[in-house]
Amino acid sequence: MLRKETNGEERRLNRDEEDEEEEENDRGHDAWERTYADERSWEALQEDESGLLRPIDNKTLYHAQYRRRLRTATAARIQKGLIRYLYIVIDLSRAATETDYKPNRMVVVARQVEAFIREFFDQNPLSQIGLLTLKDGVAHCLTELGGSPESHIKALMGKLVCSGDASLQNGLDLVHSLLNQIPSYGHREVLMLYSALSTCDPGDIMETIQKCKSSKIRCSVIGLSAELYICKYLCLETGGSYSVSLDEPHLKELVLEHAPPPPAIAEFAISNLIKMGFPQRAAEGVISICSCHKEAKVGGGYTCPRCKARVCELPTECCICGLTLVSSPHLARSYHHLFPITPFDDVAVSSDPHKVPKNCFGCQQSLLAPGKRLLFLLYVIMIRDE
Amino acid sequence: MTIPTKKKMAPAASKLYADDVSLLMVLIDTNPFFWNSINTSLSFSKFISNVLAFLNSILLLNQLNQVVVIATGYNSCDYIFDSSALQNHNQKGESLLQKLEEFVDKDESLCRDDSVDGPGFSLLSGSLSMALCYIQKVFRSGPLHPRPRILCLHGSPDGPGQYVAIMNAIFSAQRSMVPIDSCIIGAQHSAFLQQASYITSGIYLKPQLLDGLFQYLTTVFATDLHSRSFLQLPKPVGVDFRAACFCHKNTIDMGYICSVCLSIFCKHHKKCSTCGSVFGQAQTQDSSTPDRKRKTSVDN
Repeated sequence: MLRKETNGEERRLNRDEEDEEEEENDRGHDAWERTYADERSWEALQEDESGLLRPIDNKTLYHAQYRRRLRTATAARIQKGLIRYLYIVIDLSRAATETDYKPNRMVVVARQVEAFIREFFDQNPLSQIGLLTLKDGVAHCLTELGGSPESHIKALMGKLVCSGDASLQNGLDLVHSLLNQIPSYGHREVLMLYSALSTCDPGDIMETIQKCKSSKIRCSVIGLSAELYICKYLCLETGGSYSVSLDEPHLKELVLEHAPPPPAIAEFAISNLIKMGFPQRAAEGVISICSCHKEAKVGGGYTCPRCKARVCELPTECCICGLTLVSSPHLARSYHHLFPITPFDDVAVSSDPHKVPKNCFGCQQSLLAPGKRLLFLLYVIMIRDE
Repeated sequence: MTIPTKKKMAPAASKLYADDVSLLMVLIDTNPFFWNSINTSLSFSKFISNVLAFLNSILLLNQLNQVVVIATGYNSCDYIFDSSALQNHNQKGESLLQKLEEFVDKDESLCRDDSVDGPGFSLLSGSLSMALCYIQKVFRSGPLHPRPRILCLHGSPDGPGQYVAIMNAIFSAQRSMVPIDSCIIGAQHSAFLQQASYITSGIYLKPQLLDGLFQYLTTVFATDLHSRSFLQLPKPVGVDFRAACFCHKNTIDMGYICSVCLSIFCKHHKKCSTCGSVFGQAQTQDSSTPDRKRKTSVDN
């Protein structure tokens, strides 16, 4: 604290040596400290009418709306890949121990991946995720492709150790061999969270990239350090997206952008009729042996319509006969992507007091408060289908 | 069901006054075609008097409780009553009845068809959406707010055209952790509301004797969300999750799903009737394919 104060005084007295002083200051401060020392985040706070503190977040709000509008405007009538088989590749090399994300990159990435997995299964109930790690120059498969979020999250949180180098080619090779086994109607995707600034490969990575491209795997990369040419080339060749995050909120935004289904390239997945079963929920008091845990359970399970085995949760594949079991709300969850809502138009608040209605139609919020820029229907839900 | 209940996705400012303060959104079905066709065990006026007594009992349970009433009409939906609005401190009952009458007149004037076969469908999707908008406004109003829930008093049959809108409303209620309770005052069960109550962990009830509606409402739907864990409330009985095939509208328990548009068919087809994709072959890079798809979507 004392050092900072002295530095400040010196800066005020010696304006010629300003640049040098600032460099010294920055060397002493970590990135998070700089937001308080230089940017004065407390000045962004504002009081609202009841005296409660409220930060001015209009800019981020508008920016988020702008991005959303861009996405929905371009994605209105585009076919989306709804049945996705996604592998998340997490870089656990030495670079993941960097502390520019608090406490270190590995923990931040794990947190974001957990939130992403939950959001992914919420938006794409028929899809599956698998996890891979890059460590010591080798790629390991952490979990196989599966549809249950809890098993992936448990496996991820159990093994967070970093060491060695990251190898992009080994990761892509492993993903390629794993994704070759999935049915032809599924969309194959890879999401890499890459912290390292280099890759340690045993062979020619360009060949691997061409192999992935011909197997129609869509690779996207989110970098945590800086932009790498090889990642950019990979994403360009396979049709994915490459972005580099600036800080933790930005990383969260970038990761969650991959949760809704991406535009599908028609020849990447052969359209097919998939046989699925719609099980009924058993009555409350029925006792049966469930096929997933192999133990007797009371009530509340689902019966496979083909082989009558009991399963505990949906969506899943029946252990006995292999039939995919879903319920109609799971399919309805994806209609949101098939029939997206038309984006709302921004209406400027007109100066004529008679034209503006007194209350919002949707939520009865008063629209007459002066000086407020109000947004109609902030939470967007389809009101009518017609 | 593995649509996960996410504790982490709770609204940001969910600090409560106390555990038992609730905000109850009541959606009343005012579809005139339904009320004309119902058996005379419950007339609309008796129904309203039961509901008014129930609303009063909610407001008596805790002085911080709030009640908002939305009327679900045939052509439109509107707010009828808001207990937290300042001008309603006196004459609560009269203002509700007056606004209800105005709403029914306005709804009738918007009627486009002269005659309708059967009971017609009321706009449940519209009133659910308005209720959720109000609840979102309450969530953003500050750190202290009551726990909201929605109660649908519904009798009209399910309109198949509203399926997607209602499912969207159900999923957004699930994400905001708002239970949707349903009390069916009509003759048949409503599959949409059964699913709504099951997915959002609400209560679904079809009373056997509609004369005693007030008793059903106060014993089952009046308690706040915190106390529900201590009570034996009606359990969901046989929620039907089977889908209906797109070709014959029959309920099926095993079917074929198009991998592109998720349409459900009961038999193997060569081509999907919704999106036009031909099954079993890779789609070509033809420019006619996107046009055909767009045309098909517009036609639907």
